[in-house]
Amino acid sequence: MSLHQAIPAGGRGMDGVIKLALLAVGGQGGGVLTAWLEAVARANGYVAQATSVAGVAQRTGATVYYLEIAPAGPRAPVFSLMPAAGDVDIMVTAEMMEAGRSIIRGFVTPDRTTLITSTHRALAVSEKMVPGDGIASSEEVIAAAEVAARRFIAADFDTLAIAQGSVISASLFGAIAGAEVLPFPREAFEAAIKAGGKGAEASLRAFAAGFAAAQGPVALPVVAKARAAAPVGSARLLAAWSALVDRAQLMPDAVAEMAVLGLRKLVEFQDLAYGAAYLDRIEAVLARDHAPFELSKQAAKYIANAMAYDDVIRVADLKTKAGRAERIAVEMGAKPGNVVQLTEFLHPRAEEIVGLMPAKLGTKIEASPVWMARLDRWFNKGRRMRTDSLRAYLMLYILGGMKRRRLGSLRHAQEVAHLEAWLGVAMSYLASNYDLAVEVIRCRRLVKGYSDTHARGLSKFDRVLAGIALVAMRPDAADWARRLREAALQDEEGKALDGALATVRSFV
Amino acid sequence: MAERSFKAEVEDLRLGAGETFTGEGILALTKALLENGVGYVGGYQGAPISHLMDVLADAQDLLGELGVRFEANANEAAAAAMLAASVHYPIRGAVTFKGSVGVNVASDALANLSSSGVTGGALVIVGEDYGEGSSIMQERTHAFAMKSQFWLLDPRPNLPSIVQAVSDGFELSEVSNTPVMLMVRIRSCHVTGSFQTRDNQRPSLSVKDALSNPRSDFARVVLPPMSFAHEQDKVKNRWPAAEKFIRERGLNEVFGPKSDFGIVVQGGMYNTLIRSLQRLGLADIYGDSNVPIYVLNVTYPLISAEFLEFCAGKDHVLVIEEGQPEFIETQLGSFLYRAESSVKLHGKGLFPLAGEYTGQVMLDAVSGFLKTAAPGLLAAVVRAPNVDRPAIPDLSKTVPIRPPGFCTGCPERPIFAAMKLVEKELGKHQIAADIGCHLFASLPPFEIGGATMGYGLGPAANAAFDGGGARRPVAIIGDGGFWHNGLSSSFTNMAFNKSDGVAIVVDNFYSAATGGQDVMSSRADNATKATRNPISKALNGIGIDWVRQIDHTYDVKKMRDTIREALTTDAPGPKVIVASSECMLNKQRREKPLRAAAIKQGRRVDVPRFGIDEAVCTGDHACIRLSGCPSLSLKKLDDPLRDDPVASIDQSCVGCGNCGEVSDAAVLCPSFYRADVVHNPSGFERRLAGFRAYVIGWLQRRRDAKRLVFGDVA
Repeated sequence: MSLHQAIPAGGRGMDGVIKLALLAVGGQGGGVLTAWLEAVARANGYVAQATSVAGVAQRTGATVYYLEIAPAGPRAPVFSLMPAAGDVDIMVTAEMMEAGRSIIRGFVTPDRTTLITSTHRALAVSEKMVPGDGIASSEEVIAAAEVAARRFIAADFDTLAIAQGSVISASLFGAIAGAEVLPFPREAFEAAIKAGGKGAEASLRAFAAGFAAAQGPVALPVVAKARAAAPVGSARLLAAWSALVDRAQLMPDAVAEMAVLGLRKLVEFQDLAYGAAYLDRIEAVLARDHAPFELSKQAAKYIANAMAYDDVIRVADLKTKAGRAERIAVEMGAKPGNVVQLTEFLHPRAEEIVGLMPAKLGTKIEASPVWMARLDRWFNKGRRMRTDSLRAYLMLYILGGMKRRRLGSLRHAQEVAHLEAWLGVAMSYLASNYDLAVEVIRCRRLVKGYSDTHARGLSKFDRVLAGIALVAMRPDAADWARRLREAALQDEEGKALDGALATVRSFV
Repeated sequence: MAERSFKAEVEDLRLGAGETFTGEGILALTKALLENGVGYVGGYQGAPISHLMDVLADAQDLLGELGVRFEANANEAAAAAMLAASVHYPIRGAVTFKGSVGVNVASDALANLSSSGVTGGALVIVGEDYGEGSSIMQERTHAFAMKSQFWLLDPRPNLPSIVQAVSDGFELSEVSNTPVMLMVRIRSCHVTGSFQTRDNQRPSLSVKDALSNPRSDFARVVLPPMSFAHEQDKVKNRWPAAEKFIRERGLNEVFGPKSDFGIVVQGGMYNTLIRSLQRLGLADIYGDSNVPIYVLNVTYPLISAEFLEFCAGKDHVLVIEEGQPEFIETQLGSFLYRAESSVKLHGKGLFPLAGEYTGQVMLDAVSGFLKTAAPGLLAAVVRAPNVDRPAIPDLSKTVPIRPPGFCTGCPERPIFAAMKLVEKELGKHQIAADIGCHLFASLPPFEIGGATMGYGLGPAANAAFDGGGARRPVAIIGDGGFWHNGLSSSFTNMAFNKSDGVAIVVDNFYSAATGGQDVMSSRADNATKATRNPISKALNGIGIDWVRQIDHTYDVKKMRDTIREALTTDAPGPKVIVASSECMLNKQRREKPLRAAAIKQGRRVDVPRFGIDEAVCTGDHACIRLSGCPSLSLKKLDDPLRDDPVASIDQSCVGCGNCGEVSDAAVLCPSFYRADVVHNPSGFERRLAGFRAYVIGWLQRRRDAKRLVFGDVA
């Protein structure tokens, strides 16, 4: 790699100074890590100076620590108290976006900086609160890091440390040692941990894991691949299942892949016949589609989601499924001999109760404010159910077993009506604007959540579809449809959507 | 009890003559106080000198042995007022607080102290909270030194210089009868290094002894006509005495060769300047520089004669003064003008008017100056910079901001979740906030609170709305703010003016934002302080009768109903809700070791943690908009059928209960569950669990026999 030099790295006798900055999220143990580094330096013939900006930044905000070391000489060196852009030798970031922040701040430069980062994410509130997907792109940061850093070392140091019963400061300390950027042997680093005493053994294990990771290739984050194991059941059911799968496999590849996943979701949601009804719907779309079948693919995805709506029966079934309690016990780190108690937080309202009723009766009651108020009085309250106890478990078990009645319920009738209206709108655009039809199919993404959130989702869905109707005749209608949908996913109240709709109205 | 313990480090304060101390700036400061025979110390915590207060609190045994009195003052005004002991008595006293807000609060006492003048050395250690990581408005303490006339030290940021400044400060205070302020910037408080120690000195006169022999002198009282005499004394005697001492003792330093240009720098900025010169090849690692440098370790008063001597034979001088307004530069310019000097003064212009002088800012300004003043000195590369750098992708739109926020399990989160729910019902309210952790509620996801007027001033900031209107004004204040200034300035103000407003006191048992120090209402036993004084009792004492005490803030429904009641009740007068639950950071620190020990001893311990059923979560994130907890995050599923990431709770969850409460109170969704892992359950409990699991297993097998069972996806 060519080294770029704009400002001299140091003047007379500055060569011995090593500058290390650490960007951490509050509570990650940056202070401990800095103290270890100082101890290593001082024990090995170096002078060291560390500084930090503590204050409220410790409360989950971004925090910076800074360290300079130099071989001990006749007098005390003059060190800087803060990292300067273009003048950092080792940049350590304890989170992926903090690596991005260090690059933005100019602390990572191709002429000198070794960037050591943990690839795990501690999501910022602004990323988490978006109703859609607001997670910042780690790939962009990694791409920038490859350009900006002289050397780039990355691994999930958080997970490495947790696996050893320790915290990220220890694994990062190992990574700094493993990167061989400081003039001290591995034993010197380990000695600093041992001198700390408390929790030294776990720290040393995390140190070793960090050391090894730093010496290995850059380890980028990977999402575990979905494993769709074959279902288990009686021979009769399995035979019917494979017949359905075979039917789905007759579709074009891209559609079939999605259709099999949808099939699985719907057979689990209801039964095999319901899965067959799903395939009927996709085949109807497919009959009017052409290569590369994007419309059918999206239809396979969103019809599956629409048909597997979140009703009381589904939730009760999921909460009482075999294997759930065992999986939770493992996640919670329960040891043999421990007892795990489970409390569910449920809050049924009149709407959920009415939804379970036969469609005719439900419609009547829903139209009666007196009855709705009565039902609310009886049912509308937060219920904490101990699903490890028999009473609560049985109650949910019975609810979860009500699938037989589901297709006659008011909720089902409402969902079918919504689904058909939506598909109808989408298909009505097909002849004039294929892309627009696809975008309308995708709008189903807006409908999610429970109770108020669900109602808000439905209202956003309606407003987006109404907005789309306004521009449907324009050649760029699909583009506008996409923009409206993305705006609807940006915030809870739909402010961005209001803005986008105002724009649409301004030119129609 | 504070968040960080200095018990181990405090042992270093006992080091004697000729030994070497290695550690943090604040510890060095404490050691220096003891070496200089301080008689009493006090202060109020706040970044960056919170830890100085914590060090003093942890060093109380040693202070007691030396006969030094330590007070954790109620606020900065009380701390500054304590320096009154040095007015009549030859006792050295030191107090500490943060600048510039602490100085604002203390300004009444500081002005009176400066007018009276002091006999014993009076030192105010101010932690200047300026620049990166600052939690306050960006202002300078310097203005207070000028208006009240106390001397301002800004030593070079290394341990020997800071320690020397304490010693110089006390002497300067005594020879000039003027209080001295020692300013340490945020990084120098936490900078590490070493210095040679001296023996600790007992005060020559202890405060106890002084009480046995009281003194008074009405000439020191700030009343006419003496106040006019004080003003004259300040400029005729105290100022010249100070100038003489500063010059004779060489408190300001000159480095480098003689040359026709030079740089004047605040002591605190010295290291940043040297680093720039090092990078330009004009200084070595020890700071030996090719550029003449005049270091102002005393930034007020400035000494005309000394400055003009430095300027002699020079054409260009650069002033490095961080912050605005540029008091020093203006004064130095005035010195030059009065001396009819032709020296060209540079400063702001090359430097930005406002903002921190970071390494890059300093490098740019110093190179800019040298291009004009000494182009021959600069290496060719700097004069014509070679911009041969690869273009680094712009990440400014990618990387999210990360402001500080509530900790995992914070008891304040449910209060603001409840407030948000009430606002959904009743509409947006006028909300004034205070200083403290609760101010994080003004950030997303809560966005509650639109103003902060100062510590303890939250309810006072709503005074204009005391008369009431369509919707009541709401003020939020913490327990720290309540005891700092809130009881008098905010609550008596409300009570006296028959306010119709609502105030919520967020009582987390500590002055939490400053590091968990005890306050009057703390629940902990504190050997040297009076704790356990309920806030509600104080409110009743000043005639506020509508007080609701909530002892478990995590009960979101109760919180919501109480806030709604306060906003809608017909009761006249102020409505105050005291919402009390312990700061989770401190609680965990206290309870975790106890819990681990109990599990080890075989006692039954129930450890709660929350979880989310991925399949039930639809990825709308409504729960996060009512929480923002660091442990409640998102997870991307590799399921092509799903677009949006689902909520997920990581292992840092402390099981505070907010998630369950919120999903219930706001009717969110059924995906949350709480798992209680019971360690060392009783035999009966274990058998019961086994029986239940057996029956449940039977039911599950029965159902699964009739259907297809799919494994989990993702």
